[in-house]
Amino acid sequence: MSKEWPLWEVFIRGQHGLNHRHVGSLHAPDAEMAIKNARDVYTRRNEGVSIWVVEAAHITASSPSDKGPLYEPSESKVYRHPTFFDIPDEAGHM
Amino acid sequence: MTDQTSLFEYLLRLGDNTLVLGHRVSEWCGHAPVLEEDIALANTALDLIGQTQMWLGLAGEVEGAGRSADDLAMLRDVWDFRNLLLVEQPNGDFGQTLMRQCLFDAWHLELLPDLTRASDDRIAAIAAKALKEVTYHLDRSSETVIGLGDGTEESHRRMQAALDLLWPYVGEMFTPDTVDDAMHAAGIAPDLTALRARFDTRIDAILAEATLTKPDSSFAQSGGKTGFRHSEHLGHMLTQMQWLQRAYPGATW
Repeated sequence: MSKEWPLWEVFIRGQHGLNHRHVGSLHAPDAEMAIKNARDVYTRRNEGVSIWVVEAAHITASSPSDKGPLYEPSESKVYRHPTFFDIPDEAGHM
Repeated sequence: MTDQTSLFEYLLRLGDNTLVLGHRVSEWCGHAPVLEEDIALANTALDLIGQTQMWLGLAGEVEGAGRSADDLAMLRDVWDFRNLLLVEQPNGDFGQTLMRQCLFDAWHLELLPDLTRASDDRIAAIAAKALKEVTYHLDRSSETVIGLGDGTEESHRRMQAALDLLWPYVGEMFTPDTVDDAMHAAGIAPDLTALRARFDTRIDAILAEATLTKPDSSFAQSGGKTGFRHSEHLGHMLTQMQWLQRAYPGATW
């Protein structure tokens, strides 16, 4: 067993109504301490109203080397963007 | 002793506890075993120093001699300090620091709710602000004491040693003297016997979960909150804490 504490990814919601955003990572022995550490490391300046932590090992990430097949095909499909519609002014910001 | 004198003394006790412990905890800054604990300890230290500004600020007001919180913190010598002996004890290892913190926090968290109902509004307001911070302090320190006590063989041994070392300093928190009695009578401070019972319930639960054994002794060191006899450690600490004001009197930020 490793003597290092596991790595946790920290997500903080800045205000009610906003999404949780990834703010960084830290080490902690368990989930409860990860929340406490996140509180101490990432909310010192009144940044948050809610904290999520997830053990980094539990995150499955896409591989940077797959970026061609994963993302490039969508580049040439302009018809997926609703840019051909004229939005009436009354509709406001979409 | 007039009531104002007792009140001044009592406020010095509150402020000196948070000042001395805050400084002690700040000594870890840059030295804690992991980055996360380093920041957490610094946060705790800053909370305590913030509380000190309020308590000693009010103490200066009550004294009415024109002394500010800074004057009281930086320009008094050892015998004028009124903190508990517990908080001036050296940091030792990380476990010892957290055990000291947990014992103090458990007392602090029982005391502050009573102070929020104090007959003096200024005291009630400061206590209400500090209470939120201290709730988190105990949350954190108790969880760490439990984690280390019920951890490896070595961490358990160190936590038990820390408890054995610091336990004789617990009694002073609950031994009333004329100042405590006067403040209790004035509707400001709680009855220390009732406080002790609540503290025991709380600390017994923490120690049981931490698989630590409370020393079977009620011997209590005394002399801190009365200023009668501080341990040798406080003077050494003050030479560090106060050197700038002593070397450059009146220097400001």
